[in-house]
Amino acid sequence: MLFTLNGKITEVSAPSMKRLLDVLREDCGLTGTKEGCGEGECGACTVLVDGLPINSCLVPFGQVQNADVKTIEGLIGHTDLQKAFVSECGAQCGICTPGMILMAAPLVERAQAEGRIPALAEVQETLAGNLCRCTGYVAIYRAIQTACGAKSEQASVISGENG
Amino acid sequence: MVENFRNQDRYESVGRNVDRKEGMSKVTGQAKYVDDLNFEGMIYGRTIRSEIPRGKIKAIHLEFDTEGFTIVDYRDIPGKNLIALIQDDQPCLVESEINHADEPILLLAHPEKEKLLEAKVRIETISEIPVLDPLQSGKIFKEILISKGDIEAGFGLADRIVEGEYRTGHQEHVYIEPNGMIAVPTPDGAITVYGSLQCPYYVHGALMVLLGVPETKVRVVQTETGGGFGGKEDYPSIIACHAALLALKSGRPTKIVYDRVEDMQATTRRHPAIVRHRTGVAADGTLLSMDVEVIMDGGAYCTLSPVVLSRGVIHATGPYRCDNVRIRGRVVHTNTPPNGAFRGFGAPQTLFASEVHLDRIAHTLGLDPIEIREKNAFRPGDVTATGQVLPEDTSALQVLREALKKSDYYNIRKKIGTQAKRGVGVALYWHGSGFTGAGEVKLASKATLELLPSGAKVRVASTEIGQGTRTMLAQIVAQTLGWSYDSIEVSPADTAVVPDSGPTVASRTCMIVGRLLQRCAEEMRFRIGNLTPKQYLEKHGPLEITKVYEKPPAIQWDDEHYRGDAYGTYGWGCNVVDLEWDAVTYEVKVKKVIAVFDIGKAIHPIFAAGQIEGGTAQAIGYALHEEVVMRNGRVANPQLTNYIIPTTMDTPPIEAVIVENSYRFGPFGAKGVGEMPMDGPAAAIVNALFAAGVDVREIPATPERIMEAVCYSR
Repeated sequence: MLFTLNGKITEVSAPSMKRLLDVLREDCGLTGTKEGCGEGECGACTVLVDGLPINSCLVPFGQVQNADVKTIEGLIGHTDLQKAFVSECGAQCGICTPGMILMAAPLVERAQAEGRIPALAEVQETLAGNLCRCTGYVAIYRAIQTACGAKSEQASVISGENG
Repeated sequence: MVENFRNQDRYESVGRNVDRKEGMSKVTGQAKYVDDLNFEGMIYGRTIRSEIPRGKIKAIHLEFDTEGFTIVDYRDIPGKNLIALIQDDQPCLVESEINHADEPILLLAHPEKEKLLEAKVRIETISEIPVLDPLQSGKIFKEILISKGDIEAGFGLADRIVEGEYRTGHQEHVYIEPNGMIAVPTPDGAITVYGSLQCPYYVHGALMVLLGVPETKVRVVQTETGGGFGGKEDYPSIIACHAALLALKSGRPTKIVYDRVEDMQATTRRHPAIVRHRTGVAADGTLLSMDVEVIMDGGAYCTLSPVVLSRGVIHATGPYRCDNVRIRGRVVHTNTPPNGAFRGFGAPQTLFASEVHLDRIAHTLGLDPIEIREKNAFRPGDVTATGQVLPEDTSALQVLREALKKSDYYNIRKKIGTQAKRGVGVALYWHGSGFTGAGEVKLASKATLELLPSGAKVRVASTEIGQGTRTMLAQIVAQTLGWSYDSIEVSPADTAVVPDSGPTVASRTCMIVGRLLQRCAEEMRFRIGNLTPKQYLEKHGPLEITKVYEKPPAIQWDDEHYRGDAYGTYGWGCNVVDLEWDAVTYEVKVKKVIAVFDIGKAIHPIFAAGQIEGGTAQAIGYALHEEVVMRNGRVANPQLTNYIIPTTMDTPPIEAVIVENSYRFGPFGAKGVGEMPMDGPAAAIVNALFAAGVDVREIPATPERIMEAVCYSR
């Protein structure tokens, strides 16, 4: 079956009911897409299909015939968003990170094109289907907003009175 | 060249937000987690488990074509059928007696996942009546008594005696990467295990006992680990043992990766607790006598329960002085899957109770919740229930005052007034850094620093599980040597090359292991003098420095009587929570959480804030959403569809503030941070609900519980 994978026309022979997640990881060797729950709740397996984020654990391979699939490996040249995830510590353990980045990428691209910083509520709504257990999301919001040009605001540190 | 390695100003590392060592590999999808690894000829393993909570195995029926399968039961264990930890009570595979649901009985492996999952095994059992209520349990894993002064005398002086019972539920870790291991046999009969884990030497030790082999025959390598929170402290030993048995029998690398359901059913959870307080107080709010009883449900085997209880009871008074204290704790057996380590390790349970109880005391006396905290909070020099004289960096009052200031507490309260269904709540707490009591002395952790031509390499068994171990340890070493952060490499946590630095638990990695590395770096700096690393290596040959934990001289602990210095020092924390609840749906909406923590020194401020923000979010889930439903000793909601952790829409704005009262024996003054943020938010939320007219005493405070509390009080 033919589809476009990270910009290259790719042919993979796999059962059409095999999960897209497994085709990417096992048949294409792209392990950047992660499995967190296998039921579409956590968003760790998010990839872009024709530019839109989907849970690849819920999509049978047959459905992406002739479609354009983009995984974390397809983000070439370290995007602003990826760099901001590093500098703002939006990635702790990193397992939700590829999914978070792909979920946020269309929003960031749009906002950058429009020259605006997405509001917190917009970011929260965009990421509502992606779970992170490490960060409490604070640093992820910051990464997305700084990638769009916001100034980085970080925790305050106060000196002690006693020690 | 010399300049490159000796410019302190240019290479200031500590206190700076340097880039995470493995940051780029994580954001590009290149970081390799256990399920991303494959080995030549690898097969997949699966665990067959009990469905009943208690009974005996009558027969095992393999209802599939066994051709091509590797099948392992307890008879295939070459050493002891045991998961070695504290007590030798937990078998690796059931022989005949089933003690909890989802207990491992049989292992299967096959090269094809589909065939493996299709294989049908029927376990014929004889059921016995399980013990599911910890209050009905006749078997105690550990009992602890802490006693100070004379509680009866204290009650005699009291104007009021306030009693209360508080309950906390199970909690799932929900690291987004489920547990998994790959065991690779070698031709000489040795085994290497790769996996998602926190404590390489726990796994190493368990494999030696199970396989009956010397330490040279076992190697454990941590793969990039997708979250731990204590959930990959003890359980990975079990999966490693299973994978190793299959690998040895088949002669092939064997991968076992749990799916979410299996992970949530079979692996450990936070201990549920019942905490009872009876407190004698003077009319002005002075605490005169505290009698506390703590009962924890350990589950079917001992695992880490004695030490969870230990941390729980030591923290059970909350951060308050009182001359007369009795704390009685016990952790008991039930026929449920064993509970284990989870961020906070007993303290979130007992601190929930102490803080919620304190607000009830204040209410009974007609006092302000802040006033009663101000009056009783520990000051430097105060004496704890175990008799520890608190050090100079004791800062309960400072974190309380900062939190009130940051939250604009009094103005919000004024603004709310008697406005129904909105409330603001406070929790003040402490958290001992490092292992309890003589734990660090017994561990005798080691750390190694190796000189490289380009700088130095850190070799420790402390694992990076998201919290920033690699980065933070490199910062400490770089700063001590006066070299650049980039010149410090960190070795993978591989038992073939790293010494036993102890487990990555107990908020100890920075304070204990960081300090060990600081000492290594101090000596390295002295040894190489004015030479560059390259010059030194050319002139003198290899340089490797290993340091072993040294107890700060004044620390004394009597484990038999639970007297003395329970921890080297404590972190101090305070939350203020502003929330409202819905009178129709009984849902709680947290508007804002302020989180102020004294952690001694923030080696990496945004990482430290990240611990605070993430821990606070987990604690909000613990307080409101995360309910493990048990039916006949088995988890009934082992999915992310029906076990709800906070999403972006549930997580309120969290504002972290770091306070630095330095600890003399921590690197650059640092104390622990990882667990503490888990300790307080639940109490602050329940106290805010109390202020808003809802008296709940059990978490999670789900809409059902809030409805019950509201209707009952009417």
